[in-house]
Amino acid sequence: MKSLLTVTTVLLCMALPAKAETGAVADIPLSRQAEIRYLLKQDCGSCHGMQLTGGLGPALTAERLKPLPESLLTATILKGRAGTPMPPWETFLSEVEATWLAQQLRAGTALQEETP
Amino acid sequence: MNIRKLLLPLLLLLALPIHAEEACQPRGTGDLGIIIERETGSLQVVNTTQRKSLARLEGLGDLSHASAVFSRDARHAYIFGRDGGLTKVDVLCGKLVKRIMQGGNSIGGAISQDGSLIAVSNYEPGGVKIFSAEDLSLVADIPATPIAEGKNSKTVGLVDAPGQRFVFSLYDTGEIWLADLRQPDKPAIQKFTDIGVQPYDALITPDGRYYIAGLFGEDGLALLDLWHTDNKPQRILDHYGKGEEALPVYKMPHLEGWAVAGGRAFLPAVGHHEVLVADARDWQQQAKIKVHGQPVFVMARPDGRQLWVNFAFPDNDAIQVIDAETLQIIKTLKPGKGALHMEFTPRGEHVWVSVRDEDKVLVYDTETLEPLTELPVKKPSGIFFTSRAHQTGL
Ligand code: HEC
Repeated sequence: MKSLLTVTTVLLCMALPAKAETGAVADIPLSRQAEIRYLLKQDCGSCHGMQLTGGLGPALTAERLKPLPESLLTATILKGRAGTPMPPWETFLSEVEATWLAQQLRAGTALQEETP
Repeated sequence: MNIRKLLLPLLLLLALPIHAEEACQPRGTGDLGIIIERETGSLQVVNTTQRKSLARLEGLGDLSHASAVFSRDARHAYIFGRDGGLTKVDVLCGKLVKRIMQGGNSIGGAISQDGSLIAVSNYEPGGVKIFSAEDLSLVADIPATPIAEGKNSKTVGLVDAPGQRFVFSLYDTGEIWLADLRQPDKPAIQKFTDIGVQPYDALITPDGRYYIAGLFGEDGLALLDLWHTDNKPQRILDHYGKGEEALPVYKMPHLEGWAVAGGRAFLPAVGHHEVLVADARDWQQQAKIKVHGQPVFVMARPDGRQLWVNFAFPDNDAIQVIDAETLQIIKTLKPGKGALHMEFTPRGEHVWVSVRDEDKVLVYDTETLEPLTELPVKKPSGIFFTSRAHQTGL
Protein backbone atom coordinates (compact mmCIF):
# COMPACT_ATOMS: atom_id res chain seq x y z
CA MET A 1 0.00 0.00 0.00
CA LYS A 2 2.71 2.41 1.06
CA SER A 3 4.89 1.65 -1.93
CA LEU A 4 1.87 2.01 -4.19
CA LEU A 5 1.29 5.45 -2.72
CA THR A 6 4.93 6.33 -3.24
CA VAL A 7 4.86 5.15 -6.80
CA THR A 8 1.74 7.19 -7.46
CA THR A 9 3.36 10.22 -5.89
CA VAL A 10 6.44 9.81 -8.00
CA LEU A 11 4.32 9.43 -11.10
CA LEU A 12 2.19 12.42 -10.17
CA CYS A 13 5.21 14.54 -9.43
CA MET A 14 6.73 13.61 -12.73
CA ALA A 15 3.50 14.03 -14.67
CA LEU A 16 2.23 17.31 -13.29
CA PRO A 17 5.16 19.59 -13.91
CA ALA A 18 5.60 18.19 -17.39
CA LYS A 19 2.39 19.97 -18.24
CA ALA A 20 3.38 23.19 -16.57
CA GLU A 21 5.65 25.62 -18.32
CA THR A 22 8.49 24.62 -15.97
CA GLY A 23 9.01 21.34 -17.74
CA ALA A 24 12.46 20.89 -16.25
CA VAL A 25 11.04 20.15 -12.81
CA ALA A 26 10.72 16.53 -13.85
CA ASP A 27 14.43 16.46 -14.63
CA ILE A 28 15.61 16.97 -11.05
CA PRO A 29 17.41 13.72 -10.32
CA LEU A 30 16.21 11.70 -7.34
CA SER A 31 19.53 12.20 -5.57
CA ARG A 32 19.15 15.98 -5.78
CA GLN A 33 15.52 15.67 -4.65
CA ALA A 34 16.76 13.81 -1.59
CA GLU A 35 19.25 16.62 -0.87
CA ILE A 36 16.51 19.23 -1.11
CA ARG A 37 14.27 17.20 1.20
CA TYR A 38 17.14 17.00 3.69
CA LEU A 39 17.66 20.77 3.46
CA LEU A 40 13.94 21.29 3.98
CA LYS A 41 13.81 19.11 7.04
CA GLN A 42 17.02 20.27 8.70
CA ASP A 43 17.57 23.86 7.63
CA CYS A 44 14.09 25.15 6.80
CA GLY A 45 13.03 23.06 9.78
CA SER A 46 15.00 25.22 12.20
CA CYS A 47 12.40 27.97 11.63
CA HIS A 48 9.39 26.06 10.27
CA GLY A 49 9.68 22.94 12.46
CA MET A 50 11.21 19.66 11.38
CA GLN A 51 7.74 18.29 10.65
CA LEU A 52 6.90 21.68 9.03
CA THR A 53 4.27 22.33 11.68
CA GLY A 54 5.59 25.82 12.36
CA GLY A 55 8.02 27.62 14.61
CA LEU A 56 9.27 31.16 14.25
CA GLY A 57 8.04 30.82 10.66
CA PRO A 58 4.51 29.63 9.82
CA ALA A 59 3.56 25.99 9.27
CA LEU A 60 4.36 24.79 5.72
CA THR A 61 1.67 22.15 5.64
CA ALA A 62 -0.41 21.49 2.51
CA GLU A 63 -3.48 22.61 4.42
CA ARG A 64 -2.00 26.08 4.94
CA LEU A 65 -0.24 26.43 1.59
CA LYS A 66 -2.89 25.12 -0.83
CA PRO A 67 -4.79 28.41 -0.95
CA LEU A 68 -1.59 30.29 -1.81
CA PRO A 69 -0.43 30.45 -5.45
CA GLU A 70 2.58 28.30 -6.34
CA SER A 71 4.36 31.28 -7.88
CA LEU A 72 4.12 33.23 -4.61
CA LEU A 73 5.68 30.35 -2.69
CA THR A 74 8.42 29.88 -5.29
CA ALA A 75 9.22 33.59 -5.14
CA THR A 76 9.22 33.55 -1.32
CA ILE A 77 11.65 30.64 -1.29
CA LEU A 78 13.99 32.24 -3.83
CA LYS A 79 13.86 35.85 -2.67
CA GLY A 80 12.86 35.57 1.00
CA ARG A 81 10.58 38.19 2.57
CA ALA A 82 12.17 41.50 3.47
CA GLY A 83 11.46 42.69 7.00
CA THR A 84 10.88 39.12 8.24
CA PRO A 85 13.40 36.40 9.14
CA MET A 86 12.54 34.46 5.94
CA PRO A 87 15.87 34.47 4.04
CA PRO A 88 16.38 34.15 0.26
CA TRP A 89 17.53 30.69 -0.85
CA GLU A 90 18.45 31.52 -4.46
CA THR A 91 22.14 30.87 -3.78
CA PHE A 92 21.31 27.29 -2.83
CA LEU A 93 18.25 26.46 -4.94
CA SER A 94 17.68 27.08 -8.64
CA GLU A 95 14.36 28.43 -9.86
CA VAL A 96 13.38 24.97 -11.07
CA GLU A 97 14.27 23.42 -7.72
CA ALA A 98 12.33 26.08 -5.81
CA THR A 99 9.32 25.47 -8.08
CA TRP A 100 9.56 21.74 -7.43
CA LEU A 101 9.80 22.37 -3.67
CA ALA A 102 6.79 24.71 -3.72
CA GLN A 103 4.80 22.02 -5.56
CA GLN A 104 5.87 19.37 -3.06
CA LEU A 105 4.90 21.62 -0.16
CA ARG A 106 1.49 22.40 -1.60
CA ALA A 107 0.88 18.71 -2.29
CA GLY A 108 1.96 17.73 1.22
CA THR A 109 4.55 15.33 -0.16
CA ALA A 110 7.67 17.36 0.62
CA LEU A 111 8.85 15.20 3.51
CA GLN A 112 8.23 11.83 1.86
CA GLU A 113 11.29 9.82 1.06
CA GLU A 114 11.24 8.36 -2.42
CA THR A 115 13.35 5.35 -3.11
CA PRO A 116 14.68 5.29 -6.65
CA MET B 1 4.48 -29.34 45.28
CA ASN B 2 6.68 -29.65 42.28
CA ILE B 3 10.05 -28.16 43.08
CA ARG B 4 10.63 -27.12 39.47
CA LYS B 5 7.40 -25.14 39.49
CA LEU B 6 8.66 -23.16 42.46
CA LEU B 7 12.16 -22.69 41.18
CA LEU B 8 11.34 -20.70 38.09
CA PRO B 9 9.42 -17.86 39.78
CA LEU B 10 12.07 -17.80 42.47
CA LEU B 11 14.81 -17.36 39.92
CA LEU B 12 12.82 -14.65 38.18
CA LEU B 13 12.28 -12.87 41.47
CA LEU B 14 15.98 -12.96 42.16
CA ALA B 15 16.95 -11.84 38.70
CA LEU B 16 14.64 -8.83 38.36
CA PRO B 17 15.74 -6.59 41.23
CA ILE B 18 19.40 -7.14 40.37
CA HIS B 19 18.77 -5.90 36.87
CA ALA B 20 16.82 -2.85 38.04
CA GLU B 21 19.57 -1.96 40.51
CA GLU B 22 22.15 -2.02 37.78
CA ALA B 23 20.33 0.71 35.87
CA CYS B 24 19.78 2.78 38.99
CA GLN B 25 22.98 2.88 41.01
CA PRO B 26 23.27 4.70 44.34
CA ARG B 27 25.55 7.37 42.86
CA GLY B 28 25.66 11.11 42.31
CA THR B 29 24.51 12.64 39.01
CA GLY B 30 27.00 15.54 38.83
CA ASP B 31 28.89 14.06 35.90
CA LEU B 32 25.87 12.97 33.89
CA GLY B 33 24.02 14.65 31.06
CA ILE B 34 21.72 14.11 28.12
CA ILE B 35 22.08 14.37 24.36
CA ILE B 36 19.00 15.02 22.24
CA GLU B 37 18.56 12.90 19.11
CA ARG B 38 16.35 15.36 17.26
CA GLU B 39 14.98 13.23 14.49
CA THR B 40 14.19 10.00 16.26
CA GLY B 41 12.55 11.65 19.27
CA SER B 42 15.02 9.99 21.56
CA LEU B 43 17.84 10.92 23.90
CA GLN B 44 20.96 9.38 25.38
CA VAL B 45 22.02 9.65 28.99
CA VAL B 46 25.80 10.10 29.12
CA ASN B 47 28.57 10.04 31.69
CA THR B 48 31.14 12.82 31.19
CA THR B 49 33.81 11.20 33.37
CA GLN B 50 33.84 7.92 31.48
CA ARG B 51 32.84 9.68 28.24
CA LYS B 52 30.26 7.06 27.38
CA SER B 53 26.58 6.56 26.84
CA LEU B 54 24.64 4.95 29.71
CA ALA B 55 21.13 4.64 28.33
CA ARG B 56 18.93 5.52 25.38
CA LEU B 57 15.32 6.67 25.86
CA GLU B 58 12.71 6.78 23.12
CA GLY B 59 9.24 8.18 22.58
CA LEU B 60 9.83 11.87 23.24
CA GLY B 61 8.12 13.22 20.09
CA ASP B 62 9.45 15.96 17.76
CA LEU B 63 12.71 17.10 19.31
CA SER B 64 13.92 19.56 16.68
CA HIS B 65 15.07 22.60 18.61
CA ALA B 66 14.49 20.77 21.91
CA SER B 67 16.06 22.08 25.09
CA ALA B 68 16.27 20.92 28.68
CA VAL B 69 16.60 22.11 32.27
CA PHE B 70 17.46 20.10 35.40
CA SER B 71 15.87 19.76 38.83
CA ARG B 72 17.99 21.23 41.62
CA ASP B 73 18.91 17.77 42.89
CA ALA B 74 20.24 17.17 39.35
CA ARG B 75 18.36 13.90 39.12
CA HIS B 76 15.60 14.86 36.70
CA ALA B 77 15.70 16.54 33.31
CA TYR B 78 12.72 18.39 31.86
CA ILE B 79 12.74 18.33 28.08
CA PHE B 80 10.84 20.85 25.98
CA GLY B 81 9.94 19.47 22.54
CA ARG B 82 8.96 21.38 19.44
CA ASP B 83 5.62 19.57 19.28
CA GLY B 84 4.57 21.00 22.65
CA GLY B 85 5.63 17.92 24.60
CA LEU B 86 7.05 18.31 28.11
CA THR B 87 8.89 15.24 29.34
CA LYS B 88 10.35 14.52 32.78
CA VAL B 89 13.24 12.07 32.65
CA ASP B 90 14.98 10.36 35.55
CA VAL B 91 18.65 10.76 34.60
CA LEU B 92 19.92 8.58 37.44
CA CYS B 93 17.78 5.59 36.50
CA GLY B 94 17.69 6.30 32.77
CA LYS B 95 13.93 6.24 32.47
CA LEU B 96 11.01 8.36 31.39
CA VAL B 97 8.93 9.53 34.38
CA LYS B 98 6.10 11.47 32.75
CA ARG B 99 5.25 13.06 29.44
CA ILE B 100 2.47 15.55 28.70
CA MET B 101 1.43 17.55 25.65
CA GLN B 102 1.24 21.05 27.06
CA GLY B 103 0.82 23.18 23.94
CA GLY B 104 0.88 23.17 20.17
CA ASN B 105 4.36 24.41 19.45
CA SER B 106 6.91 25.19 22.09
CA ILE B 107 10.32 26.76 22.01
CA GLY B 108 11.92 26.24 25.40
CA GLY B 109 11.50 26.48 29.11
CA ALA B 110 12.95 27.29 32.49
CA ILE B 111 12.88 26.06 36.08
CA SER B 112 12.09 28.40 38.98
CA GLN B 113 14.62 29.56 41.57
CA ASP B 114 13.31 27.09 44.17
CA GLY B 115 12.95 24.26 41.66
CA SER B 116 9.21 23.83 42.21
CA LEU B 117 7.90 25.26 38.93
CA ILE B 118 8.57 24.59 35.26
CA ALA B 119 7.72 27.34 32.77
CA VAL B 120 7.25 26.58 29.07
CA SER B 121 7.30 29.14 26.29
CA ASN B 122 4.93 28.54 23.37
CA TYR B 123 4.64 29.81 19.83
CA GLU B 124 1.16 28.43 19.46
CA PRO B 125 -0.90 29.46 21.27
CA GLY B 126 1.57 32.24 22.12
CA GLY B 127 2.26 32.51 25.82
CA VAL B 128 3.86 30.84 28.82
CA LYS B 129 2.46 27.98 30.88
CA ILE B 130 3.58 27.11 34.39
CA PHE B 131 3.65 23.52 35.65
CA SER B 132 4.43 21.76 38.89
CA ALA B 133 7.94 20.29 38.66
CA GLU B 134 6.74 17.37 40.73
CA ASP B 135 3.88 15.97 38.64
CA LEU B 136 3.71 18.35 35.63
CA SER B 137 0.19 19.49 36.54
CA LEU B 138 -0.78 22.93 35.19
CA VAL B 139 -0.39 25.70 37.76
CA ALA B 140 -0.90 28.88 35.71
CA ASP B 141 -1.42 30.02 32.13
CA ILE B 142 -0.08 33.37 30.90
CA PRO B 143 -1.36 34.12 27.36
CA ALA B 144 0.73 36.70 25.49
CA THR B 145 -0.63 39.88 23.89
CA PRO B 146 -3.25 39.08 21.21
CA ILE B 147 -2.19 39.96 17.64
CA ALA B 148 -5.15 38.61 15.65
CA GLU B 149 -8.35 36.65 16.12
CA GLY B 150 -7.40 33.68 18.28
CA LYS B 151 -3.68 34.41 17.94
CA ASN B 152 -1.23 35.70 20.51
CA SER B 153 2.34 36.93 20.12
CA LYS B 154 5.01 34.23 20.09
CA THR B 155 7.03 34.15 23.31
CA VAL B 156 10.82 33.71 23.25
CA GLY B 157 13.86 34.01 25.52
CA LEU B 158 12.22 32.56 28.64
CA VAL B 159 14.55 32.42 31.68
CA ASP B 160 14.27 32.15 35.44
CA ALA B 161 15.28 35.06 37.65
CA PRO B 162 15.87 35.49 41.39
CA GLY B 163 12.74 36.14 43.45
CA GLN B 164 10.83 33.18 41.98
CA ARG B 165 10.36 35.11 38.76
CA PHE B 166 10.37 34.25 35.07
CA VAL B 167 11.26 36.73 32.31
CA PHE B 168 10.39 36.39 28.62
CA SER B 169 10.00 38.43 25.44
CA LEU B 170 7.15 38.79 22.97
CA TYR B 171 8.40 38.44 19.39
CA ASP B 172 5.44 39.94 17.52
CA THR B 173 4.70 42.85 19.84
CA GLY B 174 8.18 43.83 21.05
CA GLU B 175 7.64 43.46 24.79
CA ILE B 176 9.42 42.01 27.82
CA TRP B 177 7.27 40.49 30.57
CA LEU B 178 8.40 39.87 34.12
CA ALA B 179 6.24 37.28 35.91
CA ASP B 180 6.44 36.96 39.67
CA LEU B 181 5.31 33.50 40.84
CA ARG B 182 5.66 33.75 44.58
CA GLN B 183 1.94 32.98 44.50
CA PRO B 184 2.15 30.26 41.87
CA ASP B 185 -1.49 30.26 40.78
CA LYS B 186 -1.65 34.08 40.67
CA PRO B 187 1.26 35.32 38.59
CA ALA B 188 1.89 39.06 39.00
CA ILE B 189 3.05 40.42 35.66
CA GLN B 190 4.98 43.57 34.92
CA LYS B 191 5.04 44.47 31.20
CA PHE B 192 7.66 46.50 29.38
CA THR B 193 6.51 47.66 25.94
CA ASP B 194 8.33 49.18 22.93
CA ILE B 195 11.56 47.39 23.74
CA GLY B 196 12.48 47.00 20.04
CA VAL B 197 11.46 45.16 16.89
CA GLN B 198 11.24 41.34 16.89
CA PRO B 199 13.08 40.14 19.99
CA TYR B 200 14.15 36.61 18.96
CA ASP B 201 15.96 35.26 22.02
CA ALA B 202 17.33 36.48 25.33
CA LEU B 203 19.77 35.78 28.12
CA ILE B 204 20.14 36.57 31.80
CA THR B 205 23.52 37.31 33.36
CA PRO B 206 24.73 34.55 35.70
CA ASP B 207 24.09 36.76 38.76
CA GLY B 208 20.47 37.13 37.65
CA ARG B 209 20.64 40.92 37.39
CA TYR B 210 20.43 41.78 33.70
CA TYR B 211 18.01 40.36 31.14
CA ILE B 212 19.12 41.05 27.57
CA ALA B 213 16.91 40.45 24.52
CA GLY B 214 18.44 40.24 21.04
CA LEU B 215 16.47 42.03 18.33
CA PHE B 216 16.03 40.61 14.86
CA GLY B 217 14.39 43.69 13.36
CA GLU B 218 17.03 46.15 14.57
CA ASP B 219 20.78 46.26 15.12
CA GLY B 220 20.89 46.28 18.90
CA LEU B 221 19.73 44.59 22.09
CA ALA B 222 17.32 45.55 24.88
CA LEU B 223 18.62 45.39 28.45
CA LEU B 224 16.39 45.19 31.53
CA ASP B 225 17.97 45.76 34.96
CA LEU B 226 16.10 43.43 37.33
CA TRP B 227 17.44 45.33 40.34
CA HIS B 228 15.67 48.45 39.12
CA THR B 229 12.49 47.45 37.41
CA ASP B 230 11.07 50.97 37.68
CA ASN B 231 13.39 51.88 34.83
CA LYS B 232 12.53 51.10 31.22
CA PRO B 233 14.68 48.61 29.32
CA GLN B 234 17.62 50.38 27.77
CA ARG B 235 19.05 49.93 24.26
CA ILE B 236 22.59 48.59 24.11
CA LEU B 237 25.01 47.95 21.23
CA ASP B 238 22.77 50.11 19.09
CA HIS B 239 23.57 50.11 15.35
CA TYR B 240 26.33 47.52 15.72
CA GLY B 241 26.13 46.73 12.03
CA LYS B 242 26.39 50.35 10.94
CA GLY B 243 27.70 50.84 7.45
CA GLU B 244 27.69 47.12 6.68
CA GLU B 245 25.10 45.28 4.69
CA ALA B 246 23.33 42.63 6.74
CA LEU B 247 23.42 39.15 5.22
CA PRO B 248 20.41 36.86 5.06
CA VAL B 249 20.08 34.84 8.25
CA TYR B 250 19.70 31.10 7.67
CA LYS B 251 19.50 30.22 11.35
CA MET B 252 18.57 32.41 14.27
CA PRO B 253 21.43 32.87 16.73
CA HIS B 254 21.04 31.74 20.33
CA LEU B 255 21.82 33.91 23.28
CA GLU B 256 21.60 31.13 25.85
CA GLY B 257 25.12 30.02 26.56
CA TRP B 258 26.42 33.49 25.67
CA ALA B 259 29.69 34.43 27.21
CA VAL B 260 31.14 36.81 29.76
CA ALA B 261 34.87 36.54 30.15
CA GLY B 262 37.39 38.89 31.70
CA GLY B 263 34.83 41.66 32.22
CA ARG B 264 33.74 41.49 28.59
CA ALA B 265 30.56 40.12 27.07
CA PHE B 266 30.64 38.22 23.78
CA LEU B 267 27.50 38.01 21.64
CA PRO B 268 26.59 36.77 18.15
CA ALA B 269 25.85 39.55 15.62
CA VAL B 270 22.68 38.88 13.61
CA GLY B 271 23.33 38.85 9.87
CA HIS B 272 27.08 39.45 10.14
CA HIS B 273 30.13 37.21 10.27
CA GLU B 274 31.04 38.73 13.59
CA VAL B 275 31.14 38.23 17.34
CA LEU B 276 30.37 41.45 19.22
CA VAL B 277 32.49 42.37 22.22
CA ALA B 278 31.06 44.69 24.88
CA ASP B 279 32.20 45.93 28.25
CA ALA B 280 30.15 43.87 30.73
CA ARG B 281 29.79 46.84 33.13
CA ASP B 282 28.47 49.60 30.90
CA TRP B 283 27.62 47.52 27.79
CA GLN B 284 29.57 49.80 25.46
CA GLN B 285 30.85 48.12 22.32
CA GLN B 286 34.60 47.46 22.49
CA ALA B 287 35.34 45.43 19.39
CA LYS B 288 34.05 43.06 16.74
CA ILE B 289 35.75 39.79 15.92
CA LYS B 290 35.56 38.65 12.30
CA VAL B 291 34.66 34.97 12.20
CA HIS B 292 34.06 32.13 9.71
CA GLY B 293 30.28 32.58 9.34
CA GLN B 294 27.22 33.88 11.16
CA PRO B 295 27.62 32.80 14.78
CA VAL B 296 24.85 30.73 16.37
CA PHE B 297 26.30 29.97 19.82
CA VAL B 298 29.14 31.96 21.40
CA MET B 299 30.09 30.03 24.52
CA ALA B 300 32.80 30.72 27.09
CA ARG B 301 34.84 27.91 28.55
CA PRO B 302 33.90 27.91 32.27
CA ASP B 303 37.20 29.61 33.21
CA GLY B 304 36.51 32.37 30.67
CA ARG B 305 39.81 31.95 28.83
CA GLN B 306 38.39 30.72 25.52
CA LEU B 307 35.27 31.25 23.43
CA TRP B 308 33.89 28.52 21.25
CA VAL B 309 31.72 29.63 18.34
CA ASN B 310 29.61 27.61 15.91
CA PHE B 311 27.88 28.86 12.78
CA ALA B 312 24.67 28.97 10.78
CA PHE B 313 24.01 27.18 7.49
CA PRO B 314 25.92 27.02 5.13
CA ASP B 315 29.00 27.40 7.37
CA ASN B 316 27.92 24.90 10.02
CA ASP B 317 30.79 22.49 9.41
CA ALA B 318 33.24 24.55 11.46
CA ILE B 319 33.85 25.69 15.02
CA GLN B 320 36.24 28.48 15.92
CA VAL B 321 38.09 28.86 19.19
CA ILE B 322 38.89 32.44 20.21
CA ASP B 323 41.33 33.62 22.88
CA ALA B 324 39.20 35.79 25.20
CA GLU B 325 42.17 37.95 26.13
CA THR B 326 43.73 38.73 22.74
CA LEU B 327 40.48 38.30 20.74
CA GLN B 328 42.47 36.27 18.19
CA ILE B 329 41.16 33.09 16.61
CA ILE B 330 43.33 30.28 17.96
CA LYS B 331 42.00 27.51 15.78
CA THR B 332 39.32 26.60 13.25
CA LEU B 333 38.08 23.07 13.87
CA LYS B 334 36.22 21.01 11.29
CA PRO B 335 34.15 18.53 13.29
CA GLY B 336 31.88 17.83 10.28
CA LYS B 337 28.67 19.13 8.72
CA GLY B 338 25.92 20.22 11.08
CA ALA B 339 28.00 21.15 14.15
CA LEU B 340 24.92 22.28 16.03
CA HIS B 341 25.68 22.52 19.71
CA MET B 342 28.47 22.50 22.28
CA GLU B 343 28.51 21.82 26.01
CA PHE B 344 31.46 22.15 28.38
CA THR B 345 32.12 19.73 31.22
CA PRO B 346 31.47 21.49 34.56
CA ARG B 347 35.00 22.88 34.90
CA GLY B 348 35.76 23.04 31.24
CA GLU B 349 38.54 20.54 30.51
CA HIS B 350 36.42 19.05 27.72
CA VAL B 351 33.73 20.22 25.36
CA TRP B 352 31.17 17.93 23.71
CA VAL B 353 30.16 18.86 20.17
CA SER B 354 27.19 17.43 18.28
CA VAL B 355 27.73 16.80 14.58
CA ARG B 356 24.27 16.24 13.13
CA ASP B 357 25.02 15.14 9.59
CA GLU B 358 27.61 12.61 10.70
CA ASP B 359 25.54 11.06 13.49
CA LYS B 360 28.19 11.58 16.11
CA VAL B 361 29.24 13.57 19.14
CA LEU B 362 32.91 14.54 19.42
CA VAL B 363 34.56 15.23 22.76
CA TYR B 364 37.45 17.73 22.50
CA ASP B 365 40.22 18.44 24.96
CA THR B 366 40.03 22.23 25.38
CA GLU B 367 43.79 22.61 25.93
CA THR B 368 45.14 20.54 23.03
CA LEU B 369 42.02 21.27 20.91
CA GLU B 370 42.19 17.66 19.72
CA PRO B 371 39.22 15.25 19.71
CA LEU B 372 39.47 12.57 22.40
CA THR B 373 36.38 10.46 21.94
CA GLU B 374 33.70 9.94 19.34
CA LEU B 375 30.26 8.67 20.36
CA PRO B 376 27.66 7.39 17.88
CA VAL B 377 24.49 9.47 18.31
CA LYS B 378 21.63 9.65 15.78
CA LYS B 379 21.24 13.21 14.43
CA PRO B 380 22.42 14.83 17.67
CA SER B 381 21.40 18.39 18.52
CA GLY B 382 21.32 19.80 22.06
CA ILE B 383 23.74 18.53 24.72
CA PHE B 384 22.87 19.34 28.34
CA PHE B 385 24.92 18.46 31.42
CA THR B 386 23.53 18.38 34.96
CA SER B 387 25.85 21.20 36.05
CA ARG B 388 23.16 23.48 34.60
CA ALA B 389 20.98 22.57 37.60
CA HIS B 390 22.63 25.26 39.72
CA GLN B 391 22.94 28.08 37.23
CA THR B 392 20.39 30.88 36.92
CA GLY B 393 19.10 31.15 33.38
CA LEU B 394 20.04 27.61 32.30
C1 HEC C 1 15.56 31.97 9.77
C2 HEC C 1 14.23 31.45 9.76
C3 HEC C 1 13.67 30.82 8.49
C4 HEC C 1 14.26 29.84 7.71
C5 HEC C 1 15.60 29.15 7.94
C6 HEC C 1 13.32 29.55 6.65
N1 HEC C 1 12.20 30.31 6.79
FE1 HEC C 1 10.58 30.32 5.54
N2 HEC C 1 9.72 31.80 6.63
C7 HEC C 1 10.23 32.33 7.80
C8 HEC C 1 9.31 33.32 8.32
C9 HEC C 1 9.47 34.12 9.59
C10 HEC C 1 8.24 33.39 7.39
C11 HEC C 1 7.00 34.29 7.47
C12 HEC C 1 7.27 35.54 6.67
C13 HEC C 1 6.11 36.50 6.76
O1 HEC C 1 5.83 36.95 7.88
O2 HEC C 1 5.51 36.77 5.72
C14 HEC C 1 8.53 32.41 6.35
C15 HEC C 1 7.70 32.16 5.26
C16 HEC C 1 7.89 31.14 4.34
C17 HEC C 1 6.96 30.79 3.29
C18 HEC C 1 5.66 31.51 2.97
C19 HEC C 1 4.57 30.90 3.79
C20 HEC C 1 3.35 31.74 3.81
O3 HEC C 1 2.46 31.36 4.57
O4 HEC C 1 3.27 32.75 3.15
C21 HEC C 1 7.49 29.73 2.62
C22 HEC C 1 6.88 28.98 1.45
C23 HEC C 1 8.73 29.41 3.27
N3 HEC C 1 8.95 30.29 4.30
C24 HEC C 1 9.56 28.37 2.88
C25 HEC C 1 10.81 28.13 3.42
C26 HEC C 1 11.72 27.14 2.91
C27 HEC C 1 11.42 26.18 1.76
C28 HEC C 1 12.84 27.23 3.66
C29 HEC C 1 14.14 26.44 3.49
C30 HEC C 1 14.70 26.33 2.16
C31 HEC C 1 12.63 28.26 4.67
N4 HEC C 1 11.39 28.79 4.49
C32 HEC C 1 13.54 28.61 5.65
C33 HEC C 1 11.43 31.99 8.40
C34 HEC C 1 12.36 31.09 7.90
